[in-house]
Amino acid sequence: MRLSQTQRAVVGAVAPSGGFGRLMRRLNVDGPLLGGLLLISVFGLFVLYSAVGENLRLWVNQLLRFGVAVAAMLIVAQLSPDFMRRWTPLAYAGGLVLLLLVLVTGDVSQGARRWLDLGVRFQPSEIMKLAVPMMAAWYLHDRQIPPRISSLLVITLVIAVPTFMIARQPDLGTSLLIAASGLIVVVLAGLSIRLILGLAVLSVPGAMILWTFMQDYQRQRVLTLLNPDSDPLGAGYNIIQSKIAIGSGGLFGKGWTNGSQAQLEFLPERDTDFIFAVMAEELGLLGVLALIGLYMFVIGRGLFIAIQAGDTFSRLLAGTVSLTFFIYVFVNTAMVTGLVPVVGIPLPLVSFGGTSMVTLMAGFGILMSIHSHRKLLPH
Amino acid sequence: MASLLSSIKDHHSERRLFVGRVAFSVLLALVLLGTVVARLVQLQVFGYEHFAERSQGNRVRIEAVPPIRGLVFDRQGRVLAENLPAYRLELIPEQVRDIEGTLTRLAALGLIDEEAIPRFLELSRSAPRFKPVALNLRMTDEQIADFAIRRPRFPGVDFRPRLVRHYPDGEAVAHAVGYVGALSTEDLQALDPARYAGTSQTGKTGVENSYESILHGHAGFRHIVTNARGRQVPASSRDLLDTLPTDKQPAPGDNVYLSIDLDLQRTAYQSLEGRRGAVVAIDPWSGEILALTSAPSFDPNLFALGMSSAEFRALTGDPDQPLFNRAVVGTYPPGSTIKPMLAIAALETGATNLTRKSLCRGWFSLPNSSHRYRDWKPEGHGEIDLHGAIAQSCDVYFYEISNDIGIDRMHDYLDRFGLGHPTGIDIVGEVAGLVPNREWKRQRFGPSPEGRWYQGETIIASIGQGYMLATPLQLASATAAVATRGIRYRPRLVAAYENPLTGERTLTAPERLADVNLSSPFYWDGIVEAMYGVMHEPDGTAYEVGSDADHEIAGKSGTAQVFSVAQDAEYNEEELEERMWDHALFIAFAPLENPQIAVSVIVENGSSGSRVAAPVAKAVIDAYLGAGHAP
Repeated sequence: MRLSQTQRAVVGAVAPSGGFGRLMRRLNVDGPLLGGLLLISVFGLFVLYSAVGENLRLWVNQLLRFGVAVAAMLIVAQLSPDFMRRWTPLAYAGGLVLLLLVLVTGDVSQGARRWLDLGVRFQPSEIMKLAVPMMAAWYLHDRQIPPRISSLLVITLVIAVPTFMIARQPDLGTSLLIAASGLIVVVLAGLSIRLILGLAVLSVPGAMILWTFMQDYQRQRVLTLLNPDSDPLGAGYNIIQSKIAIGSGGLFGKGWTNGSQAQLEFLPERDTDFIFAVMAEELGLLGVLALIGLYMFVIGRGLFIAIQAGDTFSRLLAGTVSLTFFIYVFVNTAMVTGLVPVVGIPLPLVSFGGTSMVTLMAGFGILMSIHSHRKLLPH
Repeated sequence: MASLLSSIKDHHSERRLFVGRVAFSVLLALVLLGTVVARLVQLQVFGYEHFAERSQGNRVRIEAVPPIRGLVFDRQGRVLAENLPAYRLELIPEQVRDIEGTLTRLAALGLIDEEAIPRFLELSRSAPRFKPVALNLRMTDEQIADFAIRRPRFPGVDFRPRLVRHYPDGEAVAHAVGYVGALSTEDLQALDPARYAGTSQTGKTGVENSYESILHGHAGFRHIVTNARGRQVPASSRDLLDTLPTDKQPAPGDNVYLSIDLDLQRTAYQSLEGRRGAVVAIDPWSGEILALTSAPSFDPNLFALGMSSAEFRALTGDPDQPLFNRAVVGTYPPGSTIKPMLAIAALETGATNLTRKSLCRGWFSLPNSSHRYRDWKPEGHGEIDLHGAIAQSCDVYFYEISNDIGIDRMHDYLDRFGLGHPTGIDIVGEVAGLVPNREWKRQRFGPSPEGRWYQGETIIASIGQGYMLATPLQLASATAAVATRGIRYRPRLVAAYENPLTGERTLTAPERLADVNLSSPFYWDGIVEAMYGVMHEPDGTAYEVGSDADHEIAGKSGTAQVFSVAQDAEYNEEELEERMWDHALFIAFAPLENPQIAVSVIVENGSSGSRVAAPVAKAVIDAYLGAGHAP
């Protein structure tokens, strides 16, 4: 079978060679995955320089965070899947305790209680982004696949507890991501399609219940999505300005650092949640499609690693990490283009901000570890 | 069996299931991503034009550029009104964390008015976003220096230059040039908003007001790039603009040249120093106003710069009424100054001739009446002709002839000299004065007995008392008509205007009014000689003033009662309050042959026209003719 260059890269047919290749293998680094991630990050830093208004200090700041994230990825890549699986329950339990601490003593920032200061200031919800799918995969590792109803109930609990705790902070975006990652584990584990459809039907009353739990600003976001022009200077402003930025970018864009919507600050949160609109304005449809192509490559490579994985835990975890990454990409691009409500989900590896980038790269570290340990596992 | 098999983990089937689910997920992912891409195509390809236009409208804002107001010059090109940069202290509320603290510190430095702090706080709360609040409209050099060194300690506070109307000879020319002041709500309704975009002031009085449409010019506009907060971004960001509609430059207002002679104006103003009164000087052969002043005056720069409410109250509350333009709005009983005009009426109607003599015993009474109309000279002037009656200002002679002329014909002749009507000078707000007749009284007071004209009213009208009122401008214009022997021009202040860009000048042509035609030119000679006698004959009322004059001046004094003296009562000025003293008036023209200037002077409560007003008229004439204008 003759494979194209891209396909060979995706299936890992082009192995790194020479001394550098040996070092990469020794470090459990997957070349194609690393290559894809680096390309996205370079692309992202390029866009970010314009999005922060050519503020070099902020840009260098982000570059350093990217360094930290790569380091986190390399460290995680050194941990064997078995080791990770053994420590999963403890990590999950620890995450729950930290979430509890946040709700009780956390730092309030912009009306939400998300941060915990234990020498280092961080968001415990970031731990849960990995700990929840790991816990679900851990639970299913020794059990029957497709899972039984009893297993599903336990996993539902595993997902629901942290989801609600994070929703209480409130951090709707993260809690939805975590719920989604848990759901992905179950779907990948073989949950019957009929049950999935049933859940989809059930989601209607579920959404109504969720509505009652929502904060006012969250409800407002949903309402404005339905009719952004109803409040052009208030809640609808973000979406309107974002659509103007994207639309006025056209096919080729207005040119790097020349986006009037972004540079003149009509676009809100231009360097974080709405950075995709900056890119669409300045680099046009072609630039955006290039980035989406890179994302698809990384997700594809991740799913390939998942298929190649030798045990249930690794498989489910690798698949979930890859698909969660997809959820990030989809929700952010869909919200910026006005397809889904504005939930605070950044564009992975491009948006300004360090915490989620470290978690994401740690997730890719898991993928790399799974890939390089696959032959050591019994079939 | 089945349950045993199913309890054992089957890695192959589990992996097949997993691959199937991954395929399902990839399919779903492709559908979702396809939706996003379709959306992007919708926005960026099909919606491109719509959104490109909206993004353009977002960042480009049209800003009005006010025109530069035309300058005002005197007849020799000396500046009367100009535009100077002034510095204003401003605060942008959004950029100041502690507004009250900042204001307190500024007040402690003497940069702002401490009492105004509550008002500034109120303004800061209500001002539109990023609209600066003006804290000090006119910073002195010391204040600018004081603030400049402390500027880093006052973020959000800064001083900004702006063009401010400046009147270098403020007080002396205030009532002729007028002033500009803040646009009022009424102004905004009356003016073309497009022309006044970006302008905050308009001409309020004088030439500034009446030539507003020439001085103002036309506002232009320019496109500026703003960010989302409405702040203008630095010029370098203009690179962002690809294609913009072209800006429109403002068209500056025309410069205006007044017929006023600044030196003469200063002389006139200074000669009224410490008095209430007015001086108007006219070139009789064109109607050009050479000087127009009203005293006391005010500093028009206060209006242009903006003044405190205390300053404004001081101006409006001053009992001497400095804002009142006595020259064109002040009406006074003209007193004996109308005698030359009445003499014309008497000659033309045959009530007297140039040689007829009459006996003045110091009083006059109508037939069948015991009421005595007194002469200003209690012992009387004795045998006197028309020449003497004017030169010595004999009242009895005029009482007599007025009885023959009758009020209606008196009215008609005074009307020909322009009394009782606005002269049509190019200043807004001029008043008509009043020359009464029977018709007027009937309309004013209704039918008899209130509206009936009494003979006695004719008698007092003959010495410019009673109902009769005239403005100093009207008297100057009537005097000019005597000087030209009947040729009249509409008085006007503006001689020319000029386009500051092209230098093209437009002269305003003198507007000739209906002549005063007499049946004999000797009548003019007789009147003018009598007015010469006022100044230069030993028994002339103003001989003391005229005897040492450099030029041959024809004049006439007038002293007008402010209140009526009861029958047989003695008028004693020392017993009266100063404001009850008679008004002093004087009209004059010179040189006698080929007159170049006609002047009217009024000094309120000056008590004597010949002693108080005549020296002012002489000073003005000497200043004008002595300065090289003599033929």
